[in-house]
Amino acid sequence: MLSRVADSLYWMSRYIERAENISRLLDVNLQLLLDFEELDDVKLKEHWEPVIRATGDAEHFYKFYDVADSKNVTDFLTFNKENPSSILSCMMAARENARMIRDQLSTEMWQSINQAYLFLKSNNAKLVWDSGPYEFYKQIQDYSHLFTGLTDATFSHTEGFYFMQVGKFLERADKTSRILDIKYHILLPSVEEVGGALDAVQWSAILRSCSALEAYHRIFVASVDPLKVADFLIYNDNFPRSIEFCVREMDKNLHRISGCPTDEYANAAERASGRLLSELKYSTIEDAFKQGLHEYLEMMQQRFVEIGGEVYKSYMFHPHIDMASEIVSQQQQQQQQ
Amino acid sequence: MFFKDYEVASFFDEMFEADGTIRPHYRAIHEKMQTLNQEAFEQKRQTVDLSFLRQGITFTVYGNEEETEKIFPFDLMPRIIPNSEWEHLERGLTQRILALNLFLKDIYSEQRIIKEGVIPASYVLSGKHFRREFMGVQVPKDIYIQICGTDLIRDDKGNYLVLEDNARCPSGVSYLLENRAAMKRAFPNFFPRAGVRPVENYSEELLNTLKFIAPQPKDNPVCVLLTPGHYNSAYFEHCFLARQMGIEIVQGNDLIVRDFKVYMRTTQGLQQVDVIYRRVDDDFLDPSVFRADSALGVPGLVNALRAGNVNIANAIGTGISDDKLIYAFVPDMVRFYLSEEPVLDQVETFIASEEKHYQHILENLENLVVKSTNEAGGYGMLIGPAASKAEIETFRGLIKEDPRNFIAQPPIMLSRHPTWCPEGDFEGRHVDLRPYILSGEKTTIIPGGLTRVALRKGSLVVNSSQGGGSKDTWVLYSDE
Repeated sequence: MLSRVADSLYWMSRYIERAENISRLLDVNLQLLLDFEELDDVKLKEHWEPVIRATGDAEHFYKFYDVADSKNVTDFLTFNKENPSSILSCMMAARENARMIRDQLSTEMWQSINQAYLFLKSNNAKLVWDSGPYEFYKQIQDYSHLFTGLTDATFSHTEGFYFMQVGKFLERADKTSRILDIKYHILLPSVEEVGGALDAVQWSAILRSCSALEAYHRIFVASVDPLKVADFLIYNDNFPRSIEFCVREMDKNLHRISGCPTDEYANAAERASGRLLSELKYSTIEDAFKQGLHEYLEMMQQRFVEIGGEVYKSYMFHPHIDMASEIVSQQQQQQQQ
Repeated sequence: MFFKDYEVASFFDEMFEADGTIRPHYRAIHEKMQTLNQEAFEQKRQTVDLSFLRQGITFTVYGNEEETEKIFPFDLMPRIIPNSEWEHLERGLTQRILALNLFLKDIYSEQRIIKEGVIPASYVLSGKHFRREFMGVQVPKDIYIQICGTDLIRDDKGNYLVLEDNARCPSGVSYLLENRAAMKRAFPNFFPRAGVRPVENYSEELLNTLKFIAPQPKDNPVCVLLTPGHYNSAYFEHCFLARQMGIEIVQGNDLIVRDFKVYMRTTQGLQQVDVIYRRVDDDFLDPSVFRADSALGVPGLVNALRAGNVNIANAIGTGISDDKLIYAFVPDMVRFYLSEEPVLDQVETFIASEEKHYQHILENLENLVVKSTNEAGGYGMLIGPAASKAEIETFRGLIKEDPRNFIAQPPIMLSRHPTWCPEGDFEGRHVDLRPYILSGEKTTIIPGGLTRVALRKGSLVVNSSQGGGSKDTWVLYSDE
C-alpha cells in the first residue's frame, strides 16, 4: 500500500472519530446545563472552559469570542472553520482525505462520508442545529457510526483497514482521557475531595460523554462513584471506549500491519504501544490517583502523541526528495547512458 | 405529450427525419418518453442529479469565495446509434488509429512519410508537440497511442466526420460509464428490452491494454495510474478508473527513480512499477527533461523509459499526431501506410502554410472557421460567420505573421438531438460524439461513446466549461 494512502486512511478515520466524540461531548454538556438552576457568566465559564481545553486550546477560542458561554462554545466547536477541531473542520478534513484516496474506499464508505459532507455544507445543517442541537449532534454521531459499520462490512480487513483501526482507537483513547480530565478541572483538586455532593450528575455526564453510562451500571449497580468511573474509563477490559481497551486494539492492529506477534515488536510504534499497554495492564486506579489523575492523564496524552509519531515514521514517512538535486542527478545519469 | 412543437429545421436531426417521421432506431424510446408527463420526467431528472452529487461525480469549479463541486449536466434522452452505422464507425476508427500509430513509429524513426514527400518535413518538425528527444526510442509493441478519444460530428446530411483525434490524455470516459449506470437506474424496466450493447467492460479492456504493453513479459506487471492530484478537474475520473481496474493511483511524489527503474513508495518500502497510465501532459512528466518547474512529475522517468524498464500510456510525443495541421494529412497517412481509402471522412481543411490555400483563406475569412494548430479546447479560434470585422482583421494579421500556426475549415452545422429543456419539453440541441479506442493486442472500441450536447439554444459549443452537457449513448444490437 502506498504510504500516502496509509496516511490518508489513518487520518480520515481519526477525524471521523474526533467529530463523533466532540458531538457527544457537546450534546451531553448542553443537556447537563439544563440541570443547574442559576448560571451566571462565571459558572458558565467554569463549565465550558474545560470542555474547550479537552478539544483544543482555550487561547485559540478567545481569539474569536469574548465569553465562554454556551452559544459561543458550541459555535466554536461545531461550525467554526478556523478551528481545526470543530465538527465541520473534522468532517471536511475526513472527506478531503477520503477524496484523495477514493479509489481505495468502497462505494458505500465514500457515499456515506460524502453525504455527511453535503449535509454539513447545506443550509439544512444550520436549520437542524437551530431547531434543536440534540438532533444535529445525533445526526453527526449517526454518520460516524454508519461509516464505521460500513467500513467493517464492506472494506477488506487487510492493511488499509488496520491503519484505519489504529487511527480510530488512538483518537478514541485520547478523547476518553480528555473527557475524563474535564472532571478533574472542575472538581478534583485532590484525592480527598473526591465524592462531593453535586458530583453525581456531573460524573454521569462524563460517562454519557463516553457512551459509557449503561456499561458502567452493569458492573457497578450502586450510584456513580468517581473512583470507579475513572477506573472504568481507564482500565476496563471490555468496554470499547476505555483507554486500555483502545490501546489494546491499537496495539493488535499495529501488529497485524507488520505481521509481528503481539508479544514482540517490529518497530518503534509497536514498542511504544506495547509498553503503554503493559503499563495499563499492570497498574491500578490507586497508582493513577497517587500520581494525580490529571498528571496521569496528561502523561497518557503525551504517549498517544508519541505513538502517532512513530506510526508515521514507520510507515508513512519517506525521506524528503529534493527536486532540484534529483533533477541534476538524473540528468547526469542521462549523459552517462 | 412531448414533442408537440418540435422543430427539425434545416439541421440533421438524430431522431426525426426532415418530414418529422421518427427514425426506426428511436421508435421505442420515443414511445417510452411519451408515457411520461412533465412531472414524472422532472422527478427522474432530479433523482439522477442528486445521485451524481451523492456519489461525488463532479468537477471542481474555482470561484472567488471557495471552490464548489458541480455535476456535469446530464440529459436523460439517450443518443442512439443503429448497429450498421456503428459497424461503419468502428471500421473507420480502427483504420484511423492503425494509421496514426504507424505514423508515430515512422516519424520517430525512419521518417519515410517525409522522405517520400507526403508530408513536408517542416510541418512535423515545427509541431509544438513533436518531441525530438524521442527520435530513435523504441516503444514496446510499436504502440504509441493506447488510448484515443476521437471527436466525431455529423454534417447537415448526416455524414459522420472526424473533427479531431485526441491522442494525448483524452478524458471523459468515466462519464460514459456513469451515464449508463444512471440511465439504468432511471429506466430499470425499459432497459432489458431496449437491445443496447453494454459498455461496462471498458476498464477491463483498458487494464488488458496496459498489461499488454509492459516492457518485459511478466505474468502480472504492476500498473499504476499517474494523476496530477486531487485538485485536477478530472480527478474523479482518475479515481474511478483506478478503482475499476484495481490498480494504484499515484502522484508524482509517490514515485521515485533509482537505477533506471521506477518505484512507488509503499508502507513496505519501494515496489517496482512496470506500466504507467499517465494522466499528466508530456511537459510535466519529467522535470529533468521537460519543464523543470513541474512538481507533478517524476525526475528520471524518461531515463527509465529509455532503458526499457518501464512503459507509459500514451507514449511521449503523440501530440504531433493530433496537431491540427497534421490532421489535414491523416487521409494521406491511411493511403500511405495501409494502401486503403479512408473509411471515415473528415472536415475539409485549408492549410495557411500552403500557398494555394493561403490566398483562399485570407479572401474568405468571414466564411471560415480558423483554428490555431497547437491550441486545444476552443482557444485561439475564429468563427468567421459569427465574428466582427475587427476580430477578422486581427486574425488576418495573425495568419500573415505565422501561417504555420493556422488552418481553416468550412463551418459545419452539427447534427441536433432532442434534449430536455427547462420549459418542459424536448428541443433540438447540437451534439457531437467521442468514442474511446484502445490499442493493445487488438483494437477495441467500446460500443458507445460520450455524446456531448450544447445545452444553450443555438450554441455549437459542447464543452462542459461553456454550458455543455452529456447524454448516454446507446449502440444497438440491431438497426431498430
